[in-house]
Amino acid sequence: MSLFWKAWWKILCVVLLLYTILAGFFVPIPELDILHESIRNLFFHVPMWFAMTLMLLVSVIYSIRYLISRNLKDDIVASSSVRVGLLFGIAGLVTGMEWARATWGAWWVNDPKLLGAAVGLLLYLAYFVLRGSMEDLDKRARVAAVTNVMFYAIFIPAIFIVPRLTDSLHPGNGGNPAFSSYDLDNNMRWVFYPAVLAWTLLAGWIMTLVARIQIIHLRLAGGPDIFNAKKKVHAGPADVTA
Amino acid sequence: MPAASLPLLSGSLTIFVAMLKAIGSLFMKEVRLEWRQRYALSGILLYLGATVFLIYISFVEMKPETWLTLFWIVLLFTAVNAVAKSFIQEHRGRFLYYYSIAHPRWVIVAKLLYNCAVMMVIGIVGVFLYSTMNASPIEQRGYFMAIVILGCISFALSFTMMSAIAAKASQNVALMAILSLPFILPVLLLLIKLSQFALLIHIEIFPWRDLLLLLSLDVIMVALALILFPYLWRD
Repeated sequence: MSLFWKAWWKILCVVLLLYTILAGFFVPIPELDILHESIRNLFFHVPMWFAMTLMLLVSVIYSIRYLISRNLKDDIVASSSVRVGLLFGIAGLVTGMEWARATWGAWWVNDPKLLGAAVGLLLYLAYFVLRGSMEDLDKRARVAAVTNVMFYAIFIPAIFIVPRLTDSLHPGNGGNPAFSSYDLDNNMRWVFYPAVLAWTLLAGWIMTLVARIQIIHLRLAGGPDIFNAKKKVHAGPADVTA
Repeated sequence: MPAASLPLLSGSLTIFVAMLKAIGSLFMKEVRLEWRQRYALSGILLYLGATVFLIYISFVEMKPETWLTLFWIVLLFTAVNAVAKSFIQEHRGRFLYYYSIAHPRWVIVAKLLYNCAVMMVIGIVGVFLYSTMNASPIEQRGYFMAIVILGCISFALSFTMMSAIAAKASQNVALMAILSLPFILPVLLLLIKLSQFALLIHIEIFPWRDLLLLLSLDVIMVALALILFPYLWRD
C-alpha cells in the first residue's frame, strides 16, 4: 500500500498517457479549414512546450536554492531539469516541424514563436557547453546557477512577450482557425487538459530519474560527505588565487 | 525619533558617498587602463572600420532594411569583442585586489558604466563610418541616433555579465560568443524593429510598447547583475 502512495502519480502518468494516445487519435474533432485532422497534434505538440517551460521553471528555482544553500544536490536537480526541458523542447520542435510541413508546406518558417523556441534551445545548449568547460564541481555549480537565472530572465520575454508583439502563423493568431474560447470544442478539451498533465508528469518523472542517477554517481565518486555543505571546508584566503 | 534616526541617516549617507567615490575611482581606473593599453580600443575601432569597408565592397546596392540589419549586426559583433575584454583580458590576480578594497557590487557597477560609455563611443563612430561609406536611407536622424545609443547601452548591459561568466569558465572568447548571441536576440529584434521607424518620413504611431519592452529588459539586466555578481566573483 505504501508503494502505491509513493508511486500514485507515476501510475496516473501512465494511465493519462495511454488515454491521451488513444483518445487523441479517436476523439471526434471539429471540421476546420487548413487544420483538418492535423488538429490532433494539439495533444502532442502543445503539451511539450508546457512541460519544457515547467521544467525550466523548476531548474531556475533550484538554481536560486543552490546559490543560497551551496548544496550540490540542488545543482544536480537544476541541471537535470534543464536537460529534460531541452529534451521536451526538441520533441516540441520535431512534432511542430512535421506538422508545419503538412500544414504550412515548409519544415521551418520565419514565425515569432519558432524564433522564441530556437532562442531557448540555443541558450540552453550554450548552458551545457558552459557547464562542460569547468572541472571544479562547486565552481561549475555556482557559475551555472548564475547563468541559468540570467538565461531564464531573457528566455521568458523571448517566448511570451516578443511573439505577442507581432502576428504569428500559429492557429489562434492572425485570424487562423484554432481550438480556443470562441470555437470551443468540448471533446477536445476533455483530451487536451489530461494530455498536458500527462506529459508534464512524464517530464517530472524522467527528471527525478536523471537527477537520482547523477546523485548516485557523485556519491560513489566523492564519498558520503559530498552533499553535506556545512561539513565541507571552504577555500581559505590562500586558495583564492588559484 | 528624529534624534535617533539622524545618526543612522548620516551613517547611511556616508556609506552612500563612499560608494559613489569607490564607483567613481573604479570607473576612472578603467579609463586609465584603457588609455595605457590604447591598442585594445583602437583594435576594436579598426575591426569596426574593416567590417564596414567589407560591406561597402561586397554590396553594389542595398535595400533600406538590409542597410539597417547589417548595421546592427556589425555593431553586435563589435560589441561582443569590445565588452568581452572587460573581464576576460584582465589579470586574475588583479580582481583579488579590487575585491579586497571594494564591494563586488561596486566593481560591477563601475564595469557596467564603463562598458556603456565605451559602447556609446563605438556606436557613434559606427554610425558615422557606416553612413559615410554606405549611403544612408535614414530620414529621422535624431531618432535613429537615440535608438543607436539605447542599443549600445543595452548591448553593454547584457554583455558585461556574459563576459564575467565566460571569464570564470575558461577565459575563452568563443564561449563569450555562444553565450551572448542567443542571449541578445530578443534585444536585437526589438532594436531592428524600433530603428525601422527611422526610415519613415513621418512617424505616425510612435512605438512606445517596443521601447518600453526594451527599457524593461535593460532594467532586468542591471538588477540581475547587481544581485548575481556577488555570487559569481569568488573563486
